[in-house]
Amino acid sequence: MTYPLRKPGQATLSDHRAAHRPFASHKVDFAAAAVLERSPGIPKLSVRDVSLSYATNSGPRLTALKNINLQVQPGEFLCVVGPSGCGKSTLLHLIAGLHQQTSGEVLVDNAPVQGPGTDRILIFQELGLFPWLTVAQNVEFGMRMKGVSKSDRQARVRDYLRLVHLQQFSDSYTHQLSGGMRQRVALARALATEPDVLLMDEPFAALDAQTRDMLHDELERIWAETGRTIIFVTHNVREAVRLGDRIVLLTFRPGQVKREYEVDLQRPRHLEDVRVAGKAREILDDLREEINKSLEEEYGLEANA
Amino acid sequence: MKRTLRYILFYSALIGVWALLAKLHVWPPYIFPTPWGVAETLWAGFADHSFWIAIGVSMKRMLIGYGISVVLGLILGLGVASNKFLEDTVGGLLVSLQSLPSICWLPIAVLWFGLTEKAILFVVIMGSLLSVTISMETGRKQLPKIYSMAGRNLGARGLRLFLHVTLPASLPYIVTGLKQGWAFAWRSLISGEMIFVSLGLGQLLMMGRDLNDMSQVVAVMILIIALGYLVDGLIFKTIESRLQQRWGLATA
Repeated sequence: MTYPLRKPGQATLSDHRAAHRPFASHKVDFAAAAVLERSPGIPKLSVRDVSLSYATNSGPRLTALKNINLQVQPGEFLCVVGPSGCGKSTLLHLIAGLHQQTSGEVLVDNAPVQGPGTDRILIFQELGLFPWLTVAQNVEFGMRMKGVSKSDRQARVRDYLRLVHLQQFSDSYTHQLSGGMRQRVALARALATEPDVLLMDEPFAALDAQTRDMLHDELERIWAETGRTIIFVTHNVREAVRLGDRIVLLTFRPGQVKREYEVDLQRPRHLEDVRVAGKAREILDDLREEINKSLEEEYGLEANA
Repeated sequence: MKRTLRYILFYSALIGVWALLAKLHVWPPYIFPTPWGVAETLWAGFADHSFWIAIGVSMKRMLIGYGISVVLGLILGLGVASNKFLEDTVGGLLVSLQSLPSICWLPIAVLWFGLTEKAILFVVIMGSLLSVTISMETGRKQLPKIYSMAGRNLGARGLRLFLHVTLPASLPYIVTGLKQGWAFAWRSLISGEMIFVSLGLGQLLMMGRDLNDMSQVVAVMILIIALGYLVDGLIFKTIESRLQQRWGLATA
């Protein structure tokens, strides 16, 4: 069960010069990606009436997520935004199967999710790269657990490190790399297990603006080239508009779907584009209401304490 | 360079004061030994091989006793950390037992095993097992959750998750526990060796007392300090700092 890159022999990937100009622009067929994501059929992933509540040390149960309903089409790039504390990270953990929801179900290809699986790989906010392994061994890890043969593993590690322009760092340890490079290792490690769905939890939040811009370009290119379905959580609305086909806005505690937005701007988009800013503005107005609610609650809590 | 100079100055001054006090004959030499007397005893002890033999005998006991307590401590510590019930029950017992000085195991050891090799080993094991177990347990608990989550996320579970993620992730903590265990084992061993003609360093120390030979007492004490420092400072510190560098915990 392998999913070859959409264009396995593509010149830009094997082109050795790419190593020396890692962020050179690639010709990417965004139209093809668009066709795929719009194709009708069963959704790649559905979240049905998912709620999550848990007991707290002080007082009543806390409802983190309430009746979340989502459908994600194959190859779609979905962004989830919301104020901090809306449970957007928790939602990704539920989809990844790392936590169990209180009620409702998560379906992948119409089959309910039971525990973690390499068809859904989560890139954690704090990455969770293994410091005792080299970059190449990190990328190889998921395949080793899956029992992929050694020669296949080596070939795929090469492919995916080339995809994120890190082939010359394969023997480095992760703490020797910069934040942006580590981010790309995590991306390569996730992609190397060839998941259907890539879950990304505020992956670029801790990076400087230039690095983030580059990674936006790279992620968009990789998404178009590999045809993965991506669910991308962020608190940055403009980033969501820059990347997403569709944006879901969650409310502050309990997290519920407040609104959905289609982003039908042509790709590749630029973060500073007026149309991107305009769309972001529209969403931001709705988001601000939720941010205010979260602030009120936090100040309220402080007053009681 | 500057640090080495400081060390040399400090220790020369220390020995200088010692020599001065000895020269002034404030106390008789059987109470306050002279530096040259101690140096002579050290030289003679190594020359007639009696110190070498004592070191060899003590080190052999350390390797056996410490080895057993490391294996048992690893199993116990990881076992206790993996289960909430065991943590509450056995874990609590271990912590309370640790307040017992290891020499307190000696009466039991002598009653069970007599004045034998086994009695000394028992004291060494009991002295270090608890500390290895407890540091293993805390190491396991301090382990950032992100690693096992990432491991599960990438398809590792059960034994493979343990071998490929939990164990390597906890190695820096494990080494810290092993280091502490070694220090405890070393202390217990010397105490245990004092009880009978055991040929080790502890017995050599007691022999100094029996012969009223203060120079020998101090010479053996210096030997014990030097050996303890050598193993702890050179072997364990090196392993520890290498691991921390490789794991990215310390800036190289």
